[in-house]
This record gives sequence, structure tokens and C-alpha cells, in this order.
Amino acid sequence: VRRTAASVLKANSIRTRALHLSVLPDTVDRNSEAFVRNSQVMQGLVSELQSHIQKVLGGGGESAVKRNRSRNKLLPRERIDRLTDPGSSFLELSQLAGHELYEETLQSGGIITGIGPVHGRLCMFVANDPTVKGGTYFPITIKKHLRAQEIAAQCKLPCIYLVDSGGAYLPKQAEVFPDKENFGRIFYNQAIMSAEGIPQIALVLGSCTAGGAYIPAMADESVMVKGNGTIFLAGPPLVKAATGEEISAEDLGGAAVHCKTSGVSDYFAQDELHGLSLGRNIIKNLHMAGRQGEINGFQNINPEYKEPLYDVKELYSIAPADLKQSFDIRSVIARIVDGSEFDEFKKLYGTTLVTGFAKIFGQPVGIIGNNGILFHESALKGAHFIELCTQRKIPLVFLQNITGFMVGSRSEANGIAKAGAKMVMAVSCAKVPKVTIIVGGSFGAGNYAMCGRAYSPNFMFLWPNARISVMGGAQAAGVLSQVEKDKKKKQGIEWTKQEEEMFKAKVVEAYEKEGNAYYSTARLWDDGIIDPADTRKVIGFCISAALNRPVEDTKYGVFRM
Amino acid sequence: KSGCKSDDKQQRIEKILIANRGEIARRIMRTAKRLGIRTVAVYSDADRDSLHVKSADEAIRIGPPPARLSYLNGSSIVDAAIRTGAQAIHPGYGFLSESADFAQLCGDKGLTFIGPPVSAIRDMGDKSASKRIMGAAGVPLVPGYHGNEQDIDLMKSEAAKIGYPILIKPTHGGGGKGMRIVQSPNDFVDSFLGAQREAAASFGINTILLEKYITQPRHIEVQIFGDKYGKVLHLYERDCSVQRRHQKIIEEAPAPNVTHDFRALLGQAAVSAAKAVSYYNAGTVEFIVDTVSDQFYFMEMNTRLQVEHPVTEMIVDQDLVEWQIRVANGEPLPLSQSEVPLLGHAFEARIYAENVPKGFLPATGVLHHYHPVPVSSTVRVETGVEQGDTVSMHYDPMIAKLVVWGENRAAALVKLKNCLSNFELRLSFCYSSFDESLTRYLDCPGSIWNGSKYVAGVPTNINFLQKLAKHRAFESGDVETHFIEQHKDELFVKPSQSVSAEMNSAARLSATLVAACIFEKEKSTLKESPPGNHCLLSIWYTDPPFRVHHHARRIMEFEWENEHDDSGSKLLTLTVTYQADGNYLIEMGEDGSYISEVKATYLGEHKFRVEFDGVSTDVHLAVYNKDRIKHIHAWHGLHHHHFKQNLGLELPDEDETQHKTSFETATGPPGSVLSPMAGLVVKVLANDGTKVEEGQPILVLEAMKMEHVVKAPTTGVVHGLQVTAGQQVSDGSVLFRLQGQSFLFLTYFELRI
Repeated sequence: VRRTAASVLKANSIRTRALHLSVLPDTVDRNSEAFVRNSQVMQGLVSELQSHIQKVLGGGGESAVKRNRSRNKLLPRERIDRLTDPGSSFLELSQLAGHELYEETLQSGGIITGIGPVHGRLCMFVANDPTVKGGTYFPITIKKHLRAQEIAAQCKLPCIYLVDSGGAYLPKQAEVFPDKENFGRIFYNQAIMSAEGIPQIALVLGSCTAGGAYIPAMADESVMVKGNGTIFLAGPPLVKAATGEEISAEDLGGAAVHCKTSGVSDYFAQDELHGLSLGRNIIKNLHMAGRQGEINGFQNINPEYKEPLYDVKELYSIAPADLKQSFDIRSVIARIVDGSEFDEFKKLYGTTLVTGFAKIFGQPVGIIGNNGILFHESALKGAHFIELCTQRKIPLVFLQNITGFMVGSRSEANGIAKAGAKMVMAVSCAKVPKVTIIVGGSFGAGNYAMCGRAYSPNFMFLWPNARISVMGGAQAAGVLSQVEKDKKKKQGIEWTKQEEEMFKAKVVEAYEKEGNAYYSTARLWDDGIIDPADTRKVIGFCISAALNRPVEDTKYGVFRM
Repeated sequence: KSGCKSDDKQQRIEKILIANRGEIARRIMRTAKRLGIRTVAVYSDADRDSLHVKSADEAIRIGPPPARLSYLNGSSIVDAAIRTGAQAIHPGYGFLSESADFAQLCGDKGLTFIGPPVSAIRDMGDKSASKRIMGAAGVPLVPGYHGNEQDIDLMKSEAAKIGYPILIKPTHGGGGKGMRIVQSPNDFVDSFLGAQREAAASFGINTILLEKYITQPRHIEVQIFGDKYGKVLHLYERDCSVQRRHQKIIEEAPAPNVTHDFRALLGQAAVSAAKAVSYYNAGTVEFIVDTVSDQFYFMEMNTRLQVEHPVTEMIVDQDLVEWQIRVANGEPLPLSQSEVPLLGHAFEARIYAENVPKGFLPATGVLHHYHPVPVSSTVRVETGVEQGDTVSMHYDPMIAKLVVWGENRAAALVKLKNCLSNFELRLSFCYSSFDESLTRYLDCPGSIWNGSKYVAGVPTNINFLQKLAKHRAFESGDVETHFIEQHKDELFVKPSQSVSAEMNSAARLSATLVAACIFEKEKSTLKESPPGNHCLLSIWYTDPPFRVHHHARRIMEFEWENEHDDSGSKLLTLTVTYQADGNYLIEMGEDGSYISEVKATYLGEHKFRVEFDGVSTDVHLAVYNKDRIKHIHAWHGLHHHHFKQNLGLELPDEDETQHKTSFETATGPPGSVLSPMAGLVVKVLANDGTKVEEGQPILVLEAMKMEHVVKAPTTGVVHGLQVTAGQQVSDGSVLFRLQGQSFLFLTYFELRI
């Protein structure tokens, strides 16, 4: 690999600046074979990801988009672009929800969610995509909607619902309607958030039928667009069937009816652009002056920050093509924290877990990253560091690349389960903002200790190379074949080597599929797959959003000593 | 110089009150300040914050906005002079500058009137008297009737004697007010009465004279100057032939295509004219030159400093205001006739707030953006307004005078064209306060334009002046007073297809640059003060805006206001993609057929530097919101473009009449005749329910001290005649309806050129 003059210069400047105590040194060997190979593999994964994303960005296909435009309606992402401040960023969540989940293609799960600022106030957007199955709610659509509400509730973000939906997807009503985390939960969440003083705003930009009618009805304030927006419990066909009354959609539940007569909606918009302007205006004028203290967390954030010293693109070469290969998590940290400055805590103890303090876009964070299997000491160190951060109200960033806790007699005798439990207890109870990024494997109890989905991190993202499963495919195949072999032996059946290999291959294949990042993200086990090069920014956005509310005090349960 | 002894007794002027406003007031103050003379401004309530008030050492309020209660109120002006201890009053031009009574009043109160003797003003102010005096002095006169007898039948028979076409003119006043050209005896009575009414309204005296109307005339005038010792000299001539509505718009000195001998003859005639009335101080003798016969006739003498005096100053290298003050101080003229130099050539272009396509109708509005060209020893900009000022309907709508000088006519013309293209001026029609609050309140990033519903023009004449300056006949100095009328096909022409295509591509490029500049400005604003002022949120406003796995894109829709032909506005849709390096990738058209990558740098204020396709150029922007529309004006190179963006704001709700705004958009029921401009109804000539013929006058509007006759656009029955004499109407409001008509008559009025 030839180094360009620019990179030599940069390396030189880094060498001189590296004299600073907390600056992480440049440890990456850019001439190694692995560096090049890793980069190629990651480049391939990112390209694949990009092509999947390009497909979902188009919405429900050309003809549906055309139909949408002919009604003077914008696409949901365009609607959001016009609501957020001009020139501001938008953190979209779970773009690949519903990916290969159903027989039908459900681009982005039929709903767009994400966080962006409106008049300088961060908001959660939930926008139906009417071009995808008429904006109806599939089970994953509901899960994505509820997840957005969960984040909004955790971060106290005002919610803006851009409603344009046919309601529940009736063929799957059994998976959509009755359960606790189903359709009804949307309105429950609206009520609870409203009670907590988190503004709930609905913009009715299209149809809003049946259960969906409760989204604007439950909102604190709602806007309806003349002509396009309709709200009714039953549409004209159902009304005719039920009562024989013949009536147009506009007369039954149009903006004029609801803004002038029924009072279901509050603001009358002449057209969609006007509706979006009204939406921005509502946020601008949110009368929360008396609650100001409750809204913001940290005020001691320095808007002046340094960029990392090392090229963030090099993260492509750092994550190994083969997950069995280890890598120093510090080379990831060096590329995501301000000025590549990292004050490492307990550097010499429990070295398979890296802990320390840094800043991301001026926001102080505590980082916990894996540098191998979790041992007794590493788990104790992790628990200690989490306590430190919760004590000081510093947000935690988990960089997961973990195969699990150490097994074996020595470890068990040493009480590895007890040590692991301490870390899990600390992670579970920590009330500081938590952001988890899976940069490699996420297996077994390691997933728990490193703040996997079950530990309610405020946000969780995957790199495209990430794997999540209870254990590795090969290990599972080994365990399962051993059990199977024993069972067969008891029954007196001989298992040929070939049969055993086939059995193992099947297990490996299943683990391969289910451990894949796409499998995870399609089911919303995370908040999205990100390009490693965006890691710094995404963490920055997540921390910023999570700090929208003050950090609570943490209370721990009983630590098993 | 021994004769100067007498002025030792006279106190020299140390403080001047300027009985005027706007650019001329500032012009006089500039010279006064240079001479160490203190200045006093007077102002009406409408001018409280205007530039001429700020420029003066002292300022005195003299009354409410209407001129007759303030700038024409001689006694309160004289009182102001006495109060402030000024020894002299300079009247400027217009207002009281040619009022003999006022000059007399000044003298009575012991104030020096900086101008000619009262008797000369009186003699020359009466056009009939002046012609008698000039005739006696041997100055050639246009055939006409100048009698005191004003009986309409007698006048009509006199007109027949002179022969049509006939010019009807009030004996007092000037500036083309009240003037009418009558082509045939049938129109005589109508025009005569109109002229009388206008004269009465403007000057208080309604006597009228008749003159032969010369079909191909040039308007050439001679600047003269006299001192109190009987010495009179001339400072060469000015050609003021290019006129519209009988008002000059481009003047030049010396007159083009004039021989040395002719020039000398004119000068002599002018000096004789002045001597005939024992003239002193500055004056102008206007001649009409018949280009067919090469005869020249005395038209009138203006006993004041004229609007266009700077072109003379440029070619003789003298300060005429200084001369005026010295003469008023009793000094002799500083030069003799043979010492007066004639240096190069100068042009003056008058920049007006007016709506050229609507027949040069005066416009009012707010100067949203005003950056005249930089001044130098060869470029002068005389202006009385600054950015943010309102051009009100109370006074003359002239915004500025642009004066340029060159070694010769061709060189001066190059400079004129260049200065006109760099003259940044944007005026919007008047707001109502309601609209303003609305636009401030509601905003929405980007926009979709849903089709033009709003009628708006470009209410300045800069484009038109550019066209005039570029016209080949003008370039060759082939000018006469009907220049605009004669060349109207070319001046108001629709450009050929190839030109249109060129215009379109220039507009597309401009839109592209504008989009990049607007985004760049937004970026710098966000950086300086992120909305909400949370340093916590600065990460959300980093550049370029972040999107997960794609570039942030924005669609901008511009409505290009085509100022070059009447093909109307055109919708341009741009897709702007933020690039990682801070540049903008801009695509235009459905198929993205026009693609450009633009880098924009914000230089501060309204200035940008843009780079695209290997070109680097400056772009200047003026942006303001009005009537739910964002207006963007862009200047780059020789181009100026006007774009509009729909802000996505509330449209008037058709079924909520109680919330109707005070601002009327140009709509009404079918058959409605709308007011062409804001103005005062002076006369209503028809009743509700009367049957009218096509072209029949229905009512008379007065605006900017000019009368406009609103006529029936077709035959029909008048309905809903809502206005009465004395009522103020706004631009585009419904005046009446013609029953049975399905059209909307936007601006039907008599256009007199």
C-alpha cells in the first residue's frame, strides 16, 4: 500500500500531537494485509447496505409515489425535511425495519421515524408512508411506531405524528390488534406522554381511519389539511353499509368538518405546505416556559470541539473481516472521540475490557469497549466504571465486540457468574443515557453485560458486520450435535460422520442467517445499521437527544459480593 | 470688480434653510457644507426619518404629509428660517422654487431667496406673458394662442387657426402636468377640461394656452447664469428629448449631433431671453427644436436650478449651487463666457419607482434593497433615500439620479450602461401591516409554487433605462421627444426565440447560483446562532446536514419573474444535494437535465462569491418576504433576476370573510374593473346603473399629482360603483363592475404618451 504525501504529513502531525497525555497513539498498521482485506470486506458490506437503503428510500414504488404526488402530497421524508430546521440533521431510525420479513415488501416497515430539530427543539417524528401498503400498520410497523414513542418518552422529545394511514393491516389483525405491545399501545403511550408533559402533535396529511383516528384525537394539538386529510372511525363505504348514508370522505371527516364542527382538529391548513408550516409553528410556540428546567439535561457542554486525529474512514480496515480475529477497540475509540483524547480508567487491570472518559462533540461520555473475552476482573472493572459514570451523570457508550464470559472450571470456581451479575446489575440500573454500538460480535451473556437490547439502551446501532446470537454458530453446532449424539447413542442409533456434519451445517446455517445484522434490524432488535464512518456522528446525535432531559439519580439493587 | 463694494453692507450667508426634500435638499447641503455654511432642513411628517433630515445641521417640522400643507406652505417655511436664524432660503426645484409670492415673502421678511428676482419669476411663470416678452426681445416662438380669454369656444376656434395637432398647456406650472395633445377637434373639449382641472389641482391657476404641436421635436435647453450686475452667460445646452409622460428620464450634455454654430445660436438666444427679464442666478431656457426644419423656438424659461443640472456641472466642471450662493451673496460671476470650458460628455438617468409595463405608472413601496453604484469623480449618484425607506405616494417617485461623465459621448454611454446594470435597487409594493406580521410569523423551509395567483410588477425603471441606453438610435444620438413612442416596438419588444432561450439559460444559471447562496447564508446563520441557542444542539446543525445513508437533499421551487418579455413567469424546480465537501450539487428539470456543482462563499451583507464549472464570480442577493411570497433578487455579471418562492403560508380563506385582510389581491367578480394604482378618486362621471359605451370615462383618479381617466373597457351597464369622489383606493381594488362581462379588467385606463 502506497501512502500518499497527505497521509504522511498527517501521520507526522499526529506524532507530535500524540505527546499529549490522553491522546491515543496511532497503532494501526496500514501496510498489513489485514488492513487492506478488512477494508475491502467492509466496503462490500457497506455497498450492500447502501443498495438496500436506496431501495427503501424510494418508498412503495414508482406508481405509488406518482399517485401520491398527483394528490399534492410529499413523501414522508420530504415532509420531515420541511418540518425540521433548514440545513439541520435528521437521525432516521430503523430504515430497514421489515426487511425480508413478510411476503410483501414493506419498505422501512411502512413508517419513517427519527429525530431532528424544529426551531431548535429536538422532536421525534413518526411519519406514515402512504406509498407502502397505503400506510397500513403491519406488526413491524406498530413495533417501529412504539419504539419511536419509547425513545421519545425516555428522552422527553415532543412527538410529531405525520398521519397518512389506512389503519391496521386487517389480514394480520391477530398480530396487530390484541396484545399489550400492539396497536392500542400507541394511544396509551400518547396519553401517558401527554400526562408527563411531552407534547403530542398530529398533522393529518392524509387519511386517518378507524383506530388511526385516535392519533390526532389523542394529540395535544392537531392540524388537518384541506382536501387530503380525513379523520373518521368508519369510511364512506362502511358508513353506507352500516347506515345507508351516502357521503363523501371530505364531508364525512374532512378538515372543515373537524376544525369547524366536531373540534377533533385544531388548525385548518389550506394545503400540505401550509399544514407543515403550522406544525413548525406549534413547536415554535410550545408554551413550556414554566417547564424549562425539566427539558434540558447538561448545560456544561462545550460547543467548541476537536475532530478526531485519525481518519474515521479507517474504521473500515479496523473491524476484522473474520470475527474470530481480535482488534484493539482503542483504534475505534481513537476515531470517534474529540481530538482522539481518551483518559483510560484502570488501564492495567482487567485488560479485556477498555474503560475511560472522552468527549464526543463536546459531550462528556464514559466509554466501555471489549478487547476480548470478559474475565472476572474485567467484569468487576466494568461494574466499577459504570458506578463512576452514574455517580457523575456521565452518559455511557458501549462498544460491543464480545464472544462472552470466560468459561471453564477455574472461572466458575472464581465466581465468574457473580462477577458478571455485578456488571449486569450495574448496566441494568444505570440511569445515565446509554448508547450501544455493536462493532463485531455480540454473543451470550456478553450481550447482556454490554447493554444489549434487553438492557434498554437509549439507542442501539449495528455495524454491517455485526452478529448477534446466544453463541457462535460453530459453538452451537458443537453443543447441539453433542446433545444429539448422546440422545442417539441412548437410543442405540449410530450417527455417521456425514450425518453429523450435515446436522452441524444446518445449525451453522440457521445461526448464520439469524445472527445477521439484517435479520436483527428487520425485527427491530436494534435502531438501525450504520456505516462505521458515521459512528461518531450517530453517537453524538444519540447522546444529544438523550440529554434532552436531566439525568436521574441511579439506585442499584443488591450486588452479590 | 469695483462694483462689488455694495455687498460689504450685505451680510454674507452663513446659514441656509432648504425648502425642499429628497435628493435636491441633500445636493444643496453638500455644497453648503463644503463652503462652511450651516444647513436647516424642513420636513413633513412623512419625512421625519428621511435622509435629508439626517444630513442637515438642524431640521424643522413644517406640517403633515400633503405638500400643500408642508413643502408648499410658504409662511411656515419662512417662520422656520427665522426661528433657526437662517439668512437665506434655497428652494431647490419643484414645490416653491418658482413661486414669485414665496420669493417676495422671503424678501419681505429680510431673507435672501437664492434664486432669480421676483419679477423674473413672475414674468416667466406666466407662460403667455413670457412668450410676449420673448417675442418682443426677438426670441423665436412657436405659433400658438396665449390670450387671457379662456372661453372654450374661442379656444377651439383658435386651435383650428393654428392647426391640429394642438398642444394644450396650463400657463403655470411645469413637469408636464395638465398637458394634453389633441389630435382632432372632437377630443378638444374633454382634454381642455381635464387640463384645467389638473392645473387647478396642481398650481391653483387654471388658465390654459394653446400651441402648435411639433411632431418631431427635440427638447434642448440652455443653462444660463446671471449675476446682480447685469452679466449673463450660458453654460451650454442639455438634450432632454428622451421623455415619457412628458417627463425627462435621460438627459445629456452637450446635445448630440449639434453643430458648433447651432450651439452658439442657441446660447445667444438663451442669454438674450434672460437679459430681457433682467435675470440673475440660475435659470434654464427651454427650446423646442423642429428636427424637420432645424428651427428652434422658445418654449419656456425655468427660473430655478433644474433636476438635470449635474450633467452641465460635469461638462463645465463647476458647482452650480456654489454659483447660486455666490450670486445671492452679491458676488459677480466667477467666469466670463469665453472662460467656460466644454469638457467631454455627461449623461443623467433618472431612476424612478414606476411600473413601466403599466404605462410608467408611479409606484410606491418599500426599498427592500438599495445599493447604488459606488461614486467617483466621473460617477455621481444623487439620492434622497436609503435602504428601508418608503417611497410614499405623497411626493415625486424619483429614487435617484445617476450621473456619469466620459471623455466623449461613446465613453460616457459605456459607463452609463455599466452603472445601470450594477445599480441594485428593489422596491416592493406597499405592505399592509397585517401581511407583514403574517410573513414574519409563518415560515417553512423550501417551498412548492402552486401557480401564480399574485400580480406584481417590477416597480422601477432600471431595466427600461438599460434598454434605452442600449438602443442603436440612442447610441447614435438620434433622439427626439417621441423617442420612446417611436421605438416602442423595440423597447417593449418580445425578444426573438434565440434571445429568449439565452434569457432562459441565464435565468437557470442564476437560479442555481441563488440556491447555493441561500443555503450558504443559512449555513452561516446556523453556525452563528443555532435556533433555540442551545450549545447542546450545535451538533444537529453541522455542515453538511446529516442523513442516515444518504445525502440531504432539498427541493426548491423558484418562480422566475421574466422581466425581459411578456411571456410571463416561469417555474424552475431545483433539487439541491448537500455534498460532503460543503458544495451543492444542483439539478434542474424533471429529468435533472441541468446539473451543476456550485461552491458558494458568503462574504457578508448580501455578497457572495460562487464557483461553478471553473468560473468564479460575485453574486449579490436581496431577499425579502411579502404577501406570503419570498422575493429574491440576484445580480451577477450583467444579469439581474427576480425569483419568487411560495412560503407555504395561509391563503385567504374564501369562506371566512370576517377575517379578510385589508390588502386586496387582484381579484374580483367577473366584469370587475380594478384600480390600476393606488390613488384618490377626484371625479365620478357615471352613476350606478347607467349604460356606458366602450371607452366612456367613468371616473378620474389622481395619484402622484397626475390624473388618470378610468374608462369603460367595453359597452355595458355599470354596477356596484363603490367609490365616491375624495375616496382613496388601493392598487387592484374593485372600482365597479360591468354587467354581463365575464372578464376581469385589471388595468384599463387612459394611457397618454
